[in-house]
Amino acid sequence: MADPSAARSPASGPARSGATGRLRLPVAALAALAPAWLIILVVYLGTTVWTVQLSLTNSRMLPSNEFAGLAQYQRLFGTARWSISIHNLVTFGIVYVLGALVVGSLLAIAVDRRVRFESMWRTVFLYPYALSFIVTGLMWQWLMNPEIGIQATMRAAGLGWFTFDWTTRPDMAIYAVSLAGIWQSAGLVMVLMLAGLRGIDADLWRATRIEGIPMWRTYLTIVLPQLGPSLATAFMLLTMGAVRTFDLVVALTNGGPGQSTEVPAKFIMDSLFARQDLGLATAGATVMLVTVMAIAVPILYARDIWARRRSGRL
Amino acid sequence: MQDPFPSHARGPRPQGLTLPRIGLYGLLVVAALFFLLPAYVMIVTSFKSMDEIRAAQIFALPHMLDWSAWSKAWSSACAGVNCTGVSVGFFNSVKITIPATILSVLLGAVTGYALSFWRPPGSKLLFAAITIGGFIPLQIFLFPVVRGTAALGLYNSLAGIVLVHVIFGLPLTTLLFRNYYASIPVELFKAARVDGAGFWRIFVSLMLPLSLPMLIVAGLMQMTGIWNDFLLGLVFAGRDNLPMTVQLNNIVTTTTGQREYNVHMAATVLTAIVPLVAYFVSGRWFVRGITAGSVKG
Repeated sequence: MADPSAARSPASGPARSGATGRLRLPVAALAALAPAWLIILVVYLGTTVWTVQLSLTNSRMLPSNEFAGLAQYQRLFGTARWSISIHNLVTFGIVYVLGALVVGSLLAIAVDRRVRFESMWRTVFLYPYALSFIVTGLMWQWLMNPEIGIQATMRAAGLGWFTFDWTTRPDMAIYAVSLAGIWQSAGLVMVLMLAGLRGIDADLWRATRIEGIPMWRTYLTIVLPQLGPSLATAFMLLTMGAVRTFDLVVALTNGGPGQSTEVPAKFIMDSLFARQDLGLATAGATVMLVTVMAIAVPILYARDIWARRRSGRL
Repeated sequence: MQDPFPSHARGPRPQGLTLPRIGLYGLLVVAALFFLLPAYVMIVTSFKSMDEIRAAQIFALPHMLDWSAWSKAWSSACAGVNCTGVSVGFFNSVKITIPATILSVLLGAVTGYALSFWRPPGSKLLFAAITIGGFIPLQIFLFPVVRGTAALGLYNSLAGIVLVHVIFGLPLTTLLFRNYYASIPVELFKAARVDGAGFWRIFVSLMLPLSLPMLIVAGLMQMTGIWNDFLLGLVFAGRDNLPMTVQLNNIVTTTTGQREYNVHMAATVLTAIVPLVAYFVSGRWFVRGITAGSVKG
């Protein structure tokens, strides 16, 4: 996505454009931006500072102002449930992000190959993305329920060996969450990749056919590199989603069996409300913030350079 | 606005009905089954009796269309001792979603307009801050915002949850409108300035009518996002205003005794209906919203 501001030279800011012939502060515009400034300064910046500051005190049930250094972080990483949550998130994140990227890209390529009823296929693949994670989680909870779900149906039909009970098994439950997540998000990747595929020169296919290059190699070595920005966007959205995963786990497994699907976002919520441990909750939230920023900022920056380079060439 | 999908696909041209071509359609059919099956199971199960459900044939059609699970899900299913069905949550979600969608779209439109055309001092900084702000996990805000809304007397109130949705919708809506306005020729704006129109006059009579497509897209994204929200509703809405998603989860997870799967699935379908209808009716607009808003996290 090109940076739209590049289309307009920075010097053409209308306030200085000379259209009115005067150089004055646009008071109405400043006033109109006041709510946005207020939200950014008070809510986004203010509460972030407050939360990070709380994580450096010895707050427990009530906020305290006593500086405690990194004691809360020591306590956090000494908590088994937090370490398990991180571990689960890594497993889930890898399976979910890679799975959604692969499935979504394959769907985009398939839909892009001049198939009949293209918009029907697209509609079918994307509709889960319009659902709430609670709905998705509950749906898959029932499908994987050994007593009434797919497993019971298959066994009743005579396939006694058939097993699909991931949500009840500590070693498989996190993959159940990943599967439900992929089901919901693959359509998003498809849409982003399809938008990228539509930007590819149609002559490419004639050229590669004449050259005798096999289809799969064309996709892998010529098309995929051109889809870099689309892939980066999809990767970023999925990763952000993975780190924030909360409702899906609540509806599908509620963290269980045992702690096999506990995730950091849920750990923070439980620390904040159920266990009322402000120190742990704010330290956990700060770790989450740092993680998200470490992923998002470089990608945003790279995409900005990409867009600038592209608009500079045009 | 540029259509993300030109009228026809750009992929390689097919050469008749070859083996790879059959494989391609096979793949599409398998994928479609994977995506449709969960919804199919939900809908057919919601019409079955509990005896039928226990027979463990989730793919079979119901013997007869039994609407009793639906009426129970709507008006009398219990979450603990609270037996009101999801209808209360439905109307709460309507009461939350409508004002929150309108307010956040308008705020995004005004902010995007000011940032795009007027650019008062600090605009660049503000836009950068809004972009970054969209990535901050909600967990960071929760405790201070709970304290803040409590101090304002808005905690656990309808006004409070609407305000919170408007606040956390700001990055997406601002981004959508700011990028949209960047595609409108600045000469149009300059001409209006020469004619002597001021900030609000240009916004109301020129920019708002021009941004009808984006008003629809942003409205759609906010509407489905707010309707599907669980976390904010859980924390800020308060017991009297719990949105449908929270109530659905309460009904399903707090059941004691026999689990009425047909009722639970009917309640789930009811919760999904509003965003699904919006999705199927709007089609292309929804896709535009995703591609236009994908800069945000």
